[in-house]
Amino acid sequence: MRNALIAALFAGVAVAGTAEARDQIRIVGSSTVFPFSTAVAERFGKTTSFKTPIVEATGSGGGLKLFCTGIGEGHPDITNASRRIKAKEVKKCAENGIADVIEVKVGYDGIVLANSRDTGQMSLTLRDVFLALAHEVPDGACESADACPMKANPYNSWKDVNPDLPDVRIEVLGPPATSGTRDAFVELAMEGGCKQFAGIKAMKKADKRAYKKVCHTIREDGAYIEAGENDNLIVQKLTTNPRALGIFGFSFLDQNDDKLQGSMVNGVAPEFEEIADGNYPVSRALFFYVKKAHVGEVPGIAEFIAEFTNEATWGPEGYLADKGLIPMSDAEREEWRAAANGLQNRSM
Amino acid sequence: MTDPRQSPTETILASLPRRRRAEARFHFYGIAAIGIALGFLILLIGAIGHQGIGAFSQTEIALDVTLDESVLDPSGTRDPETLSTANYRAVVRATLGEIFPEAMRKRRDRRKLTELVSIGAGFELRELVLADPGLIGRTMRVWAPADDEVDMLFKGVTARDSGRFTGKQLEWLDRLEAEGRIRSAFNWRFFSNGDSREPELAGILGAMSGSFFALLTCLALSFPLGVMAAIYLEEFAPRNRWTDLVEININNLAAVPSIVFGLLGLAVFLGFMGLARSAPLVGGMVLALMTLPTIIIVTRASLHAVPPSIREAAIGLGASRMQAMLHHTLPLATPGIMTGTIIGMARALGELAPLIMIGMVAFIVDVPQGLLDPASALPVQVYIWADSPERAFAEKTAAAIIVLLAFLVVMNLTAVILRRRFERRW
Repeated sequence: MRNALIAALFAGVAVAGTAEARDQIRIVGSSTVFPFSTAVAERFGKTTSFKTPIVEATGSGGGLKLFCTGIGEGHPDITNASRRIKAKEVKKCAENGIADVIEVKVGYDGIVLANSRDTGQMSLTLRDVFLALAHEVPDGACESADACPMKANPYNSWKDVNPDLPDVRIEVLGPPATSGTRDAFVELAMEGGCKQFAGIKAMKKADKRAYKKVCHTIREDGAYIEAGENDNLIVQKLTTNPRALGIFGFSFLDQNDDKLQGSMVNGVAPEFEEIADGNYPVSRALFFYVKKAHVGEVPGIAEFIAEFTNEATWGPEGYLADKGLIPMSDAEREEWRAAANGLQNRSM
Repeated sequence: MTDPRQSPTETILASLPRRRRAEARFHFYGIAAIGIALGFLILLIGAIGHQGIGAFSQTEIALDVTLDESVLDPSGTRDPETLSTANYRAVVRATLGEIFPEAMRKRRDRRKLTELVSIGAGFELRELVLADPGLIGRTMRVWAPADDEVDMLFKGVTARDSGRFTGKQLEWLDRLEAEGRIRSAFNWRFFSNGDSREPELAGILGAMSGSFFALLTCLALSFPLGVMAAIYLEEFAPRNRWTDLVEININNLAAVPSIVFGLLGLAVFLGFMGLARSAPLVGGMVLALMTLPTIIIVTRASLHAVPPSIREAAIGLGASRMQAMLHHTLPLATPGIMTGTIIGMARALGELAPLIMIGMVAFIVDVPQGLLDPASALPVQVYIWADSPERAFAEKTAAAIIVLLAFLVVMNLTAVILRRRFERRW
């Protein structure tokens, strides 16, 4: 009898769960886009008659995985991504019947290297960053692929990396390997510095795997300290340890610019305008993807896109800029707004 | 080295001081261990309290708002749809313009001035008007929340010369303060709002009711199931290889990391049964799976602790085994069962990991009204706020921890009181 009771309870619950129609937008995806997406969701909920969308931070990859699982109430309508959707993911989406996806570029995010204001501002090149943080560095000039022996990273001080830099021990607090910020940092900063060596660059064509291993592997001897996913923690540690550098998203520098200063990279400071103009080398584009089949089914999706792409939202004077988003140029915004509001399919 | 010529008594007497010293050292180690643990606890609570206390007050700015009909409801129909989407921010801006007419000339100044008041001011006006459309056309004084940056300035977290305010903004704030238009009030929004991306509007009510619904489900499922399972295993089940196997598995389940239950919930409740994502019902079901082994083990231990003589006496007087159990053993075991259940619930209240998998770690503004409404939970709120870039969220995080700790203390205290009042010793 007890079993029958339990079964009845669970069955009742299951019916109640599926019978309820969804009238609320569901968003998943990147934790980098999360602060922006949530801000838009909140305003959208408070200024329209629609319910406030629910936003989950699952990471870009996790979000796209959920997004591409299928069409219907049980699956999210929108996913945020701090990178473009991959061909593999497009294929997976298509396999599950999601052929039409609207791609919307939101703006840019800069990844900064920052330290406490109690010490001097650092001026690094991508080459310095690579040499300071890579697991293995070239032993010698590394002019060609054949003459490029590698050695374990011997550098302890920034001065060893580049004589122009101060004689301070290399100590960098950064995100762990599971983080999207880390992926972007490795791809943009590390690889950017890595391929300046002719020998390594030549390797890219010959052996892409080996190239990636050289460029993407961060040293594990204590100079790079994995400080957890929480960027606030890195900010806190930097204020107590003036010698250390930290790696995190621009919005955290923006919120703490009275305590921290961003290091110049390739001679460009991580400032709002410089990132917006594309001069700052370590920046990435942010996106969100909308399931076209859900537009019209779940109320408010088209209106949500309109709110997100509104000038007062994502423009240079918009409220997302206050939250640390770097807006696109006027022309780019115009183009993406038109495409998004016309519910145009993603073009590859 | 003992001298062979000493008598046993002398040997013992000679060793006495050493043994006493050893005993004194042992005492000291024990007290030191307790002292260190207490010290850390005080440090932890002190640090959290110190940081979180600020979140319970909020800087507010007095605005003499004119609810201008031509802005809010130009057609004059009082249509709720029009009223709900009207531009209340414009009303707030106009009010600020009356206080500082000189700031309204330049676009940049206007923007800098409006920044000082939270966007929540507009939302709160909207609520007022929607509740009573008769307010339109009237002028009234409202205490609007200040922007989080301004709040941090008045709380002394950010310095005046931090570069986060322009000279003009500081001037305006000084004038507001001189005119008595700035006050620090109890932050009721913290207890009446759901989550928000604006620290000054963010509240804990959504998370609290999410936790409430999840725990309710958890209790409703795990308590009857757990107690029934325990009673059967302890009182009625035959001792054989199968019951041994069940017993071992229950003990193992109690030690399984909670994230595993989250994965199970994702696969079974969301995947197979098709329940709604982020629903506190599913959260409660996952937490129930996690709490079940604890309740079973505790209930069995409490039943076991009831002296067999009571059971035997009942049976000897003609009661059936079920009557003996229901009338005598179970009532005597109840205080222990209650205590165990409450402690299990307290553990479930603090769980975050299993909720990640089922989508309860999410930004949810609307306060959940039922078991199927999307909801977060108290530990989720701590986690999300701790990860937000705005500085004012640091104190919100600490305040959310205080609320969570307060609930845990109340629950544990209830457990202690129940045990004290009803426990029987034999």
